[in-house]
Amino acid sequence: MTERGVALLVFEDGTVYRGKSFGAQGETFGEVVFNTAMTGYQEILTDPSYRGQIVMMTYPLIGNYGVNPIDVESKQLYANGFVVRELSTIRSNHRSTMDLHDWLAQNGVVGIEDVDTRAIVRKLRVQGTLRAVISSRDLDVESLIKKVQASPKIVGADIAKDVTRTTTDRWTEPYTADFRFETMRAQEPRYKVVAYDFGIKQNITRSLVVSGFDVTVVPAQTSAKDVIAMQPDGVFLSNGPGDPEPCEYAIEAVRRFLGERVPFFGICLGHQITGLALGARTYKMKFGHHGANHPVIDLTTRKTEITSQNHSFAVDPASLDSKRARVSHESLYDGTCEGIEVLDAPAFSVQYHPEAAPGPHDAMYLFERFRALIAKHKASDAAPSTVRT
Amino acid sequence: MPKRTDLKKILIIGSGPIVIGQACEFDYSGTQACKALKEEGYDVVLVNSNPATIMTDPNFADRTYIEPIVLEALTKVIEQERPDAILPTLGGQTGLNSAIKLHEAGVLQRFNVEMLGADYEVIKKAEDRELFKMAMRKIGIDLPRSEIAYSMDDALRAREIIGLPCVIRPSFTLSGAGGGIAYNIDEFENIVSKGLQLSLNSEVLIEESIAGWKEFELEVVRDTKDNCLIVCSIENFDPMGVHTGDSITVAPIQTLTDREYQVMRDASFAIIREIGVATGGSNIQFAVHPETGRMVVIEMNPRVSRSSALASKATGFPIARVAAKLAVGYTLDEIPNDITKASPACFEPTIDYCVVKIPRFAFEKFKDADPTLTTSMKSVGETMAMGRTFKEALQKALRGLETKRFGLGADPADRRVQPPTKAALKKLLCTPNAERIFHIRHALRQGLDIDTIHEYSRIDRWFLQNMREIVDYEHEIARFADPGSIPEDVMWEAKRMGFSDVQIATLTGSSEKVVRARRHQLGVKPAYKKVDTCAAEFDSTTPYFYSTYERETEVVDSGREKIMILGGGPNRIGQGIEFDYCCVQASFALRGLGYETIMVNSNPETVSTDYDVSNQLFFEPLTLEDVLNVWESQKVHGCIVQFGGQTPLNLARALKENGVRIIGTSPESIDLAEDREQFKQLLKKLGLRQPDNDTATNVADAAMVAERIGYPVVVRPSYVLGGRAMEIVYDRTSLEKFAAIAHEVAPEAPILIDKFLDNAIEVDVDAVADGERCVIGGVMEHIEEAGIHSGDSTCVLPPYTLSPALISQLRDHTHALAKELDVRGLMNIQYAIQKGVVYLLEVNPRASRTAPFVSKAIGVSLPQIAAKVMAGRTLAELGFTEEIWPRHFSVKAPAFPFNRFPGQDILLGPEMKSTGEVMGIDDDLGCAVAKAFLGAGMQLPREGKVFVSVRDSDKPAVTEICRKLNELGFTIIATHGTWKSLHEAGVRVDMVHKIGVGRPDVLDLIKNRGVGLIINTPSTDADTRHDEIQIRTQSVLLGIPSITTVAGARAATLAVEAFLKNGIKVRALQDFHAAMTSAR
Repeated sequence: MTERGVALLVFEDGTVYRGKSFGAQGETFGEVVFNTAMTGYQEILTDPSYRGQIVMMTYPLIGNYGVNPIDVESKQLYANGFVVRELSTIRSNHRSTMDLHDWLAQNGVVGIEDVDTRAIVRKLRVQGTLRAVISSRDLDVESLIKKVQASPKIVGADIAKDVTRTTTDRWTEPYTADFRFETMRAQEPRYKVVAYDFGIKQNITRSLVVSGFDVTVVPAQTSAKDVIAMQPDGVFLSNGPGDPEPCEYAIEAVRRFLGERVPFFGICLGHQITGLALGARTYKMKFGHHGANHPVIDLTTRKTEITSQNHSFAVDPASLDSKRARVSHESLYDGTCEGIEVLDAPAFSVQYHPEAAPGPHDAMYLFERFRALIAKHKASDAAPSTVRT
Repeated sequence: MPKRTDLKKILIIGSGPIVIGQACEFDYSGTQACKALKEEGYDVVLVNSNPATIMTDPNFADRTYIEPIVLEALTKVIEQERPDAILPTLGGQTGLNSAIKLHEAGVLQRFNVEMLGADYEVIKKAEDRELFKMAMRKIGIDLPRSEIAYSMDDALRAREIIGLPCVIRPSFTLSGAGGGIAYNIDEFENIVSKGLQLSLNSEVLIEESIAGWKEFELEVVRDTKDNCLIVCSIENFDPMGVHTGDSITVAPIQTLTDREYQVMRDASFAIIREIGVATGGSNIQFAVHPETGRMVVIEMNPRVSRSSALASKATGFPIARVAAKLAVGYTLDEIPNDITKASPACFEPTIDYCVVKIPRFAFEKFKDADPTLTTSMKSVGETMAMGRTFKEALQKALRGLETKRFGLGADPADRRVQPPTKAALKKLLCTPNAERIFHIRHALRQGLDIDTIHEYSRIDRWFLQNMREIVDYEHEIARFADPGSIPEDVMWEAKRMGFSDVQIATLTGSSEKVVRARRHQLGVKPAYKKVDTCAAEFDSTTPYFYSTYERETEVVDSGREKIMILGGGPNRIGQGIEFDYCCVQASFALRGLGYETIMVNSNPETVSTDYDVSNQLFFEPLTLEDVLNVWESQKVHGCIVQFGGQTPLNLARALKENGVRIIGTSPESIDLAEDREQFKQLLKKLGLRQPDNDTATNVADAAMVAERIGYPVVVRPSYVLGGRAMEIVYDRTSLEKFAAIAHEVAPEAPILIDKFLDNAIEVDVDAVADGERCVIGGVMEHIEEAGIHSGDSTCVLPPYTLSPALISQLRDHTHALAKELDVRGLMNIQYAIQKGVVYLLEVNPRASRTAPFVSKAIGVSLPQIAAKVMAGRTLAELGFTEEIWPRHFSVKAPAFPFNRFPGQDILLGPEMKSTGEVMGIDDDLGCAVAKAFLGAGMQLPREGKVFVSVRDSDKPAVTEICRKLNELGFTIIATHGTWKSLHEAGVRVDMVHKIGVGRPDVLDLIKNRGVGLIINTPSTDADTRHDEIQIRTQSVLLGIPSITTVAGARAATLAVEAFLKNGIKVRALQDFHAAMTSAR
């Protein structure tokens, strides 16, 4: 490893943290979000939802197990920058193929280590999310403050269309063998699902495959008409970065699916878009939920699940039309809406990440629930007398 | 689900005396459970024989039975109390095994007592190797290949399948007692035969060796709605092959990716569900092959454990408390997170620091024992440290160990030991041992690369690399000729890597004081961060802190008057739970007076480090630097050093010099009692007698002193704890031998030589004084004669043979000493009475090991009174002006770890060897003794044969004992010498061959379990002694009570007689205390 120099982390309010540079050299901007997961930095860095954000890990020792070609959630790194307390100088894991430092350097992600990350969490907890710059190039504080203040904000930004794909693709890959300890059985019959890519994590598509779906992934701006023309059994709305409100194309499409009673399942940004399509309001949270230990209660079964979360926006449950939808899941931390069940169409969505990666697998049952929903919908469609208008 | 209303009364069984594998952690868990259940309005019935526990304080349960944890006593308690349910999962293996026995004896069914948390089938499924294996196979979880054996034949067949090396694990034993790894056939047969004997059901598991694999633990909690969560993940620094209790462990897991961790998490949930633990905490251990990643499950404990206590302290999540609430029907989402108050307990703690636990060993006490670390636990205590990096936490933990190391070497201890040669190093790295961490440092310094060290030790490279960074930085620091030239950035970096001021001083050839001054000059001071379960995501109100060198500190001075209490650090022989009891009591008392208390301690097992015992908890090593830092973190009114045992006392003087206000008895008085010359003068002034004594600086000198004083004499080094290297010698040859050892143990300190008082009665007195008045809390008469360490003696409160005149003399002496030393707080005095003459052996103006025992016996908490005195109250104000002389007898008996150290002789002497103690309490002396013996694990025989072999001088006394045993229906068996003398005295006695004289001999008799009690006092000639050692070690192995003193034999006879006549009657402590109050 080469000798690494000084880097600065400067917030828009003028707070400065001096640390050591790692990963790529340079200057990077973004809203700083802290993630409380103790493992999973590789999945986090490749999660398209982090586009536009600087990720800071609260667990202080990062890089211990290096990186490998398998544990990625997309083909590239999306986080704008990476902040850690201590970067490991060794990687120790049987699957590891590269150092975290080298990987970030190769992929142009600017990192800073050796800062009091806990102090930053306490700051963000009070002040809410702030924009910042990590720089190993310009070390002039005044200049950096000016630049941060001029950098773009996430509110009102449609970033999904920046990270989505341009082509329609089939996805056939299931989990790798070491993802679960139990053997996974093939699910029959297989249903056809069209998945919207607003910045989709690969483990979602893998989960769909394993849960018995034939998956076709489409670009974010694909119209409902084109999707319906593909005659899917169901539609999936993915996670993604940024503010859901400007994603009018997607909201419009979802309204159509609701109207035409096409079964669908949304995750994260897909959930927020569902809320907006139902006429509800979304808002930006103070510092969001980013971690792998968030308890959520399923209001139907009253069972709780520990979930993986990554969202800065949320659906306001008070704005939900109670005739059209109900809150199905709730955060046990702060009561935020974590899931919606649509009452007048075969659809549901959750704010958190049942596909895990990183994080607990507690909520994977939701993919099964999606299958069950489609099965039920198909059965009721088949019986003409029960068709509703 | 709300709590159950069909339950009213719940029984909790504690874990009994502190033994290796079961220490304070079960007082911690039991105390939490008692509190949690009482909060919910349940009546709590508690049984625990250990008086030094907080849980047995009469206000923690509604009905507290300090009774032996044996089937008969437990049955009586159940019969008397009729609890609706029993909570078997919070009292360690003892609590769990007791519940099993109660079920198997039909007691639970007869009295309709429900098992909460885990029922009989569940416990069986988790603990029985074969059932566990079947269960794991069913859910598709990989295990090491293994076979079960119930006999040596089975075992030999299994070996064919598994191959060598293999692991042998006996079922149903504590902390893997009797288990081990066999590399050859001899070892195999040896371990199997021991294992079969130790196992409750003569069952051993023979298993594929996974030694060297990475070892992990997860702490799982489950509720009645099947919500499961992981509280903490732990990675063992020492790979598979070393018992986790003996391993350095680290939280959270460091070297697994999220994918691998989640697989382990899923497996844990599948396991807890399949085993069927309905509610509560479990500990599941996994091994992962470092190259292939193959994951196998090792075992599961369906109860709270040492690891769960560690997990609770490491994360702030109170597992035992939550488990108790879950057991009565609550679900995780209904229980608030006590730390944040804002969120529910239904979440997985996330931590933003690194936690390191290091075990503490006592091999110096068991010289004949093998110091190799294996799958059978040998450590007696542990320390934990937190830091923002592994390096910082590791170095903090190493200095928290209190073994005179101030980090990873680079400290004054370096000078004492020669670094091993490269050749020696290889072995020291390959074979797990207590000092291996320091050997790794030597290896790194000698230029061994990480891969080689990994190859030898199998320790993960990530840990080794971190150690290398520490070692490399040593050189960086050493570049500076004096601390004054260390620049700010280097000072910060050194502190961030966990270097102590002492290390920096050593590396720069300076003193701790100078480094400290330089550090302050540079403004390099620690920050205190909160342990908050959530990595600061939410605000937390619980002030549980650890130090680290970061930018922002989180300590806020409340402005209220604060008192700091220094705890006792890791448990060791001679300093254990008793002192934690005192610290906790002090905190309770002072909070009661309106002070804020600050607890400083580094022992994760304890109640004192529970987050709600004190107003603030600082989880810190107990060194001068760390304590001073806490003191300076806010305005503190005073510091208490007399409750935490020797640890804080050793710091007292230096703390005072640095401006810390020590409250209570002054450090000068404490020192005066320790300083022989000053003490001699003091006694002279008061006209008190002490055994003739003198000091010597070398062996020749020592011989001269001994000659002058006259044999027998006691030889020991000064300034050591627990009678370390202390011996009674009868002649010049042995004097020279032991004087040399004493000199070696403490080369700079003088050798102390005292006249040994033969056949003297030893008496302990605990008292409390306020500067004006002194009140005796308890007078304890030892059953064994003087010469056996007071911690290893059985003692009786009140005295049973002393005349009122003698007692009055003891009282006068005690009062005079309290006045002269200006004692403010607790004081313990040891007297010896020889032929009616009172001698003073020792004065300790501080809390003693017996303080909790006395408090339980008299129904008054002496440490609470003492703490209030230290805060300025008088005894008159506190209403404690009269001595309390109970009519019942309280007997304290020690518990020994000999079964952990095969080959170690069990003889008692002036060096303390016990790890814990029990209390027997009864109106009848014999019954109280019987209860104490039973509680300490001695199986008192009711009939059968007693083997007697004593030295000549004991023969007259033992004759009387044998007559009594005859009367009680026992047959006496003796070898020729003893047989002859007993036979001639008219005792009914059979003869057996001595070892080597003919077969069957006495050893055959013992091995065939032909005797139920052994009375064997040590002889002086070497041959006989060798035979005796075999007899005694064999008896330990088989659990046959073996008594090595005449006084002990007399007491045992008394106990057997009482036991035969009355059986066990149980009575709650509250009833004993109420009877005393009404009598007064």
